[in-house]
Amino acid sequence: METIYLLFIVLLAAMLGFELIRKVPATLHTPLMSGSNAISGVTLVGALVASGSDNNLLTTILGTAAVALASINVVGGYLVTDRMLGMFKKKDKK
Amino acid sequence: MTNIATTINLAYVVAAALFILGLKLLSHPSTARKGNMISALGMLVAVVVTLLDRDIISYHYIVLGVVIGGAYGAWKARSVQMTQMPEMVSLFNGFGGAASLLLGWSTVSAMTPFAINASGNFVFITVLFTLLVGGVTFSGSVIAWGKLSGKLSSKAVIFTGLRELSILHLVGMAVVGYLFVTDPANPLWLYIAIALGLSFGLWATISIGGADMPVVIALLNSYSGIAASAAGLAVGNTILIVTGLLVGASGLILTNIMCKAMNRSLMNVLLSGFSKPVEAGEAITGEIKVLSAQDSFYVLEAAQAVLVVPGYGMAVAQAQHAVRELQTLLEENGCTVDYAIHPVAGRMPGHMNVLLAEADVPYDQLHEMDDVNPRMENYDVVIVIGANDVVNPAAKEMKGSPIYGMPVIEAYRAKTVFVLKRSANAGFAGVDNPLFFKDNTRMVLGDAKETINSIIREFGDD
Repeated sequence: METIYLLFIVLLAAMLGFELIRKVPATLHTPLMSGSNAISGVTLVGALVASGSDNNLLTTILGTAAVALASINVVGGYLVTDRMLGMFKKKDKK
Repeated sequence: MTNIATTINLAYVVAAALFILGLKLLSHPSTARKGNMISALGMLVAVVVTLLDRDIISYHYIVLGVVIGGAYGAWKARSVQMTQMPEMVSLFNGFGGAASLLLGWSTVSAMTPFAINASGNFVFITVLFTLLVGGVTFSGSVIAWGKLSGKLSSKAVIFTGLRELSILHLVGMAVVGYLFVTDPANPLWLYIAIALGLSFGLWATISIGGADMPVVIALLNSYSGIAASAAGLAVGNTILIVTGLLVGASGLILTNIMCKAMNRSLMNVLLSGFSKPVEAGEAITGEIKVLSAQDSFYVLEAAQAVLVVPGYGMAVAQAQHAVRELQTLLEENGCTVDYAIHPVAGRMPGHMNVLLAEADVPYDQLHEMDDVNPRMENYDVVIVIGANDVVNPAAKEMKGSPIYGMPVIEAYRAKTVFVLKRSANAGFAGVDNPLFFKDNTRMVLGDAKETINSIIREFGDD
């Protein structure tokens, strides 16, 4: 039964994603992609458990490497997106 | 559920809501920055609350990983130049894919033989999917990064048997996948599955040319999200499933926009349509008329409405700041200046917009192709800078042209067109451009930045 719940989540999240992203204007597509990099770093959440749990050595190594890679995406992705979005300015009214 | 587990799951709901709100605010440039911060807040909530997980007994390695990764990410985000954004996004796609791959692998390596026997097929199917998609994303992104940063040749590498090799890979994946799911205790199948994912990403990307890289990065962006989502299914973590799919949807939409803008199907891009020989179209007649920078100044001085069409060549020449300066001078002269940006201009979706934003061009002056085409006749001068195929009238006029049918910015319908270009050669795709031969076109040859700077000097002398 739990599998069915998970598939429900998959379906709803995918449809929500399509509706949300369709509204992003073309001018913001590069920040959207770097922001997506950051969001896909959510793997970090799963990796934290793999890295910090009482596991065998291989699992700890794999988990820690995943934590490091996902952290690059989260930190780098959000910072560079913020840097870019800070550049977008409206025309000054003279 | 225990109290802690309930708290974690409730916090995940909050985090998901923040991610969704963040993406919603990305629908307008004035709210986008706030949206990004809200999304980051959602990530913070998800990460902090996960640290409460009772399974976590040691924080040493977590801190090690976060510090190393975070420091590198922060350094990269600060030091990257805006022209290098495609490389950076590509590299980060790869890191995302690799992280999911490792997480999927660790799910199996953490299991005792007893746990493996007790787990249903669903876990191993999702792990397999994570390994394959993660592997393809990682190796494909590394190749794309190499091609974009010039470390590899941007030419499509095509050799005989490529198609057979790809089919063989897919068959191999199915076979090894079956063996892995039925016999998950044997690590051999897992290693082979990882190897097949990695090598498939390699072949699939190396055979795609540099001009198609915007599509490839968008697709790999999507894959990195799908891999995260699959990893979420494998470890049973809902926040991974939801957010991974948001990214997956985003990449797919961008891929679709890119393909439409080139009038090609995704299959055609992935199987390198441009490599096929094209029958000769009608011969282009007419002659190229060259104009000096000084003479183009006189035309611009008299213009009331100017449209700038930038392409990747503008980024290569680093001409965006000079363009901005010219814009100010034109506006002081009583002329309106607009920019028209084709969806596939540059090396990634929206790349030109970021470069112009960096040069302080207000975003309300950046227009999409479909907004400017209907009022093209109103522009006195269209300045094409480092763009070629996106303004190529062959897409409308020449049935034999490889880009026939592609939507283009119809610059040739303006009163005058200036094409700033190094030489009168064909563009990146190797397609002749009849625009250069039109009666209302003037070629201003030379380095785009120097050309614009000499026009700016003429304004100063005036």
